Amino acid sequence: MLDFVSSLFQPPNNWWVAYAALVGVLFLALQISAAVMVYFERKVAAWMQQRYGPWLVGPAGTLQPIADIVKLFFKEELQPKAADKLLFSLAPIISVATCFIAFAPVPFGATTTLFGWLDEPIALQVADVNVGVLVVFAIASLGVYGIVVAGWASNSKYSLLGGLRSSAQMISYELAYGMALATVVLLAGSMSFREIVDAQAGYFSYLALPTIPLPAFIPKWNVFAVFPFGLIAFLMFFTAGVAETNRAPFDFPEAEQELVAGYHTEYSSMRFAMFFMAEYINMVTVSAVAVNLFLGGWHGPFLPPEYGWIWFLIKLAVLLFIYLWLRWTLPRVRYDQLMSLGWKIMLPLATLNLLAVAAGVIAFGL
Amino acid sequence: MASELLLFYLFAAITVAGAVAVIAQRNPVYSVMAIVGSFCGLSGLYVLLEAPFVAVVQIIIYAGAILVLFLFTVMLLNASREDGAEWDRTHPYYRPGPTRVGGVLAVLLLGQLVWAVTKIGGAGVGDLQPAASSVRLLGRVLFTDYMFAFEVTSILIIAGMVGAVVLAGKKGN
Repeated sequence: MLDFVSSLFQPPNNWWVAYAALVGVLFLALQISAAVMVYFERKVAAWMQQRYGPWLVGPAGTLQPIADIVKLFFKEELQPKAADKLLFSLAPIISVATCFIAFAPVPFGATTTLFGWLDEPIALQVADVNVGVLVVFAIASLGVYGIVVAGWASNSKYSLLGGLRSSAQMISYELAYGMALATVVLLAGSMSFREIVDAQAGYFSYLALPTIPLPAFIPKWNVFAVFPFGLIAFLMFFTAGVAETNRAPFDFPEAEQELVAGYHTEYSSMRFAMFFMAEYINMVTVSAVAVNLFLGGWHGPFLPPEYGWIWFLIKLAVLLFIYLWLRWTLPRVRYDQLMSLGWKIMLPLATLNLLAVAAGVIAFGL
Repeated sequence: MASELLLFYLFAAITVAGAVAVIAQRNPVYSVMAIVGSFCGLSGLYVLLEAPFVAVVQIIIYAGAILVLFLFTVMLLNASREDGAEWDRTHPYYRPGPTRVGGVLAVLLLGQLVWAVTKIGGAGVGDLQPAASSVRLLGRVLFTDYMFAFEVTSILIIAGMVGAVVLAGKKGN
């Protein structure tokens, strides 16, 4: 028994231990990231509104999320009498399950041997799928069921309106989102996250087109590629991502002033917490995908490749801060404005952008 | 290999159970959710056939887009239960019309299945041509060999869209 346990920590068996640890750490990190994001959301909001924010529980209020979680745990679980019992409890499960699965193909660092501990290098990602970009997209599109089903099963008009709005919004923005994804796939010639990120290593030696030389200081990230089309694709992707995760200024499904709380009006206790967690984890996933596709993933100056995940976390933190920044500075747009922005501006612009990049790829072999 | 067989039976069971659940109960929202489950099982089967692209597209297009619209429609119409008029509150399986049509369709499907199985004969999966699993290959085939079928499909879809717009616009005017 002891031999067996110790053999687990020797090569070649320790690869599986490392993999299991990786999956466990990622699972835990995503859950903790939701709590951390809630804390920073409140702190950033307070900072922007010249308040203190949470300060009482723990140093600078850092234990506030834990207090919140304990409170949610001990609250009473309510369920409307007219609710559809099966779907009412299924909806939060769908939301949470899809948001965890969606992170599976997203890498967050270069392959590593953990400083020589492993014989074979391990990839810092749960599943290296060769159509990884599409897998994230597919699982995210399943996430809408959690919200729609919650809206319907609650049997309340505010919940139903929230669910309907969310499904309409997510379907509309998925198209622009997909077009922005296709731009990156065109530039990298691959749908695997790892290949897309590795294609972004190094620096550009030319400006926009191969005919204009440039000293090597602009990183070869997709956001700078075929300037300005890469940047447009990134802005499209991020805007559509904000709409996909139902964040302000596109937070219609849960507009407090109009819909009480939208699809989760009737939910309380841990079921509500599951929706809440799913929303924040989806933000992390969209930001992580944006970092990998447009901002060079774990590539960056100064740090050796083994520490690339530090760059990844820095870029992720910047994008997540932009999410909070948007929420606390921009007012919510009107619902018809949201729809016409999605269909009449974003989708045609994203399509033209894709065509421009495609022409660039054909003409110059970028 | 054994685990693959096990996975095949698991996904096949999900697919079939979901498909049966779609027609076996009367709440249309449950039917939509059951068919989503069925499509997820089907996508698992595609993964086992080493066609991950087809599997993912199955989820994106059918489970993620088309069925969301189904659910949307069901919710908007608020068709909570499939209640017939007083005189035909019998179970749909025992109504005369559906039974006859369904019987004919079942016989046709059985014939097709038998034909397909005999056509494959003893040939194993290995003897068949490798599936167009790579995205590059699939795109090339789609835009060269099957260009005509592809364009005809898009015209069909546009015709459907125009029809929907005309139907929806009639009430407003």
